Amino acid sequence: MLDSVLFYFFAGIAIVCAAMMVTRRNPIHSAVFLITTLLATAGIFLQLRAEFLFGVQIILYVGGIMVLFIFVIMLVRLDAPLQELRFTFQRWVTAFVALALVLEVAVTFLLLRRLPGQGSLVLRAVPADRLPPNSEALAQSLFSSYLLPFEIVSVLLLVAMVGAVVMAKKR
Amino acid sequence: MMPAGHYLFLSLALFLIGAIGVVTRRNVIIVLMCIELILNAVNINLVAFSRLYGDVAGQAFALFIIADAAAEAAVGLGIIIAFFRNQETVFADEMDILKW
Repeated sequence: MLDSVLFYFFAGIAIVCAAMMVTRRNPIHSAVFLITTLLATAGIFLQLRAEFLFGVQIILYVGGIMVLFIFVIMLVRLDAPLQELRFTFQRWVTAFVALALVLEVAVTFLLLRRLPGQGSLVLRAVPADRLPPNSEALAQSLFSSYLLPFEIVSVLLLVAMVGAVVMAKKR
Repeated sequence: MMPAGHYLFLSLALFLIGAIGVVTRRNVIIVLMCIELILNAVNINLVAFSRLYGDVAGQAFALFIIADAAAEAAVGLGIIIAFFRNQETVFADEMDILKW
């Protein structure tokens, strides 16, 4: 019961704020709504018992990436874009993308319903009190099964850091 | 736990809103933010299935995706700053210097 209340609370916030983010005129407002969406997603991670990802989401996404975005929004000139057009005129492309994705999901759910005994993917999840400690399990998995991808991610971050510095540098 | 379909629908809704934002918005910074939203929607999916199957691998992949999003944001914003310094615009439909 509490689970579903929490889920609908966070999901509602996430979806409403995401829609607001796409439609706002001022980029700063968009950024603040995106921050709210990301925080609501962090709440959903917590509701799914992914405590480590909850922390990472808040520290890295909200604390790191979004601060970077707001810095850049304030760095580029803000007053001129305010009166101008928000959207490009690509209504047909938009309609096509939306239609394709909705159709894909409808077909998926129709096919799922045909599977015996698994309407809407109601499988029996592991009970919450029998889950292993989240950070510990994640560390085990990261440093044993996924050690190579982990190292590759570190190289990727290094490359991105150097690339960002080189690109934003004054020459 | 809730039926996994609800998480899929939430993830789909966020993905759709993000995709529509990427296609329609003019401001490139907001397009980048919509891409972050899309990556976030994917993360919800991964974590929901990780919980459903009791396997922590999905969360490991979500962690990789978050690192990837950070790298993408850094490089993308670097490009935007460099472009703004040269062309004085952040609008997608005015970025046509490769067209002739």
